Amino acid sequence: MDFRKQKSIYQQIADRLMDQLVAGMPAADERMPSVRDVAVAYGVNPNTVMRSFDYLQQEGIIYNRRGVGYFASADAKDKILAIQRREFLEEDLPLIRQRMKQLGISIDELTLDDVI
Amino acid sequence: MIEIRNLDFSYRKMPVFSGINLTFPEGSIYGLLGENGVGKTTLLKLICGLQRPTVGTCTIDGLTCHDRRPEMLQRIVFLPDEVLLPDNSTPRKYVDELAPFYPNFAIGTFLHLMQELEVEPDRKFREMSFGQQKKSLIAASLSLGTDYVLFDEPTNGLDIPSKAQFRAILSRRFEERNTIIISTHQVKDVENLIDPIVILSHNAVLLDAPVQKITEKLFFEYGGEKRDDALYSELLPGGYMNVVANERGEESQLNIEALFNAVLRNKERIKELFA
Repeated sequence: MDFRKQKSIYQQIADRLMDQLVAGMPAADERMPSVRDVAVAYGVNPNTVMRSFDYLQQEGIIYNRRGVGYFASADAKDKILAIQRREFLEEDLPLIRQRMKQLGISIDELTLDDVI
Repeated sequence: MIEIRNLDFSYRKMPVFSGINLTFPEGSIYGLLGENGVGKTTLLKLICGLQRPTVGTCTIDGLTCHDRRPEMLQRIVFLPDEVLLPDNSTPRKYVDELAPFYPNFAIGTFLHLMQELEVEPDRKFREMSFGQQKKSLIAASLSLGTDYVLFDEPTNGLDIPSKAQFRAILSRRFEERNTIIISTHQVKDVENLIDPIVILSHNAVLLDAPVQKITEKLFFEYGGEKRDDALYSELLPGGYMNVVANERGEESQLNIEALFNAVLRNKERIKELFA
């Protein structure tokens, strides 16, 4: 949303994994794709993908079973939606508000069906 | 681990390095960048023992590189930018000749990589394009089973689909015990692959930092106006891209070309920021 900001690659990959988790891929307690597979799919350094997985684990979105791999937490969806809601309110919305002001679009206009 | 200590090197009377220190621990794919003639290829040759330091040391796992002992040579492979290949030979014959020197060589890996890169292992080198020869050599380098792989401009000559294949192959083959060093000017080809990044200039290491540290110290802002406090700015179709000191602690997407220009123009400031 912030056109001046481009998230770092590890954050972009984490975002994408979170979008997939929200869509149920993988479902709760099912296995995540391996770090290696994700790295190969995007042609990025495996250490970068490891950072994305570390972040998801810190947020409690995925958990690690030693020697087996990473799995989606039971409440992964709720946790991700909470993060995405916070991001929308704190980062996206102020920009939308600012842009609406610039363009003279009132909040009432947005409630019209043809706009939404 | 590759360790370079207080190393001086000169070609006859022309000094290339004086007193440089660098270490390359295992578990990383290093990007080695620098303007033409700063000694990137020379550094790779020193590491694989093809050049001898005038002063100082260069070692691999404690073994002096220029001694070129078999136990050191079997741990490392260097793929130069251009290799003169025997016209009548084939990739399969070529690796057959190398195999006795590399105890961990795996023919299965080689054939698999050749298939992935779509080059026939029994075709004569003289019937191949430069790109196909290069692909054969990349497949050979990655199947020798060495812990250390040095690539000099590996994407040079590769067609567009092969560049993506090269990235995928490297992320698939790379293991924790490996140290890969890619020297290149084609940073876009390996943009999200190389980490840490080492930038050389005449007689100095200007930057040696992992991507995480770079994006902690520097902020890459896209599509705004030109900023006075920018270490480097460039006009793109979407507006200016600015490289500034990262004051908000927010991580952004690294752009290696912009990083390179920012580092070259602000050597002292970069040194302070990364100290």
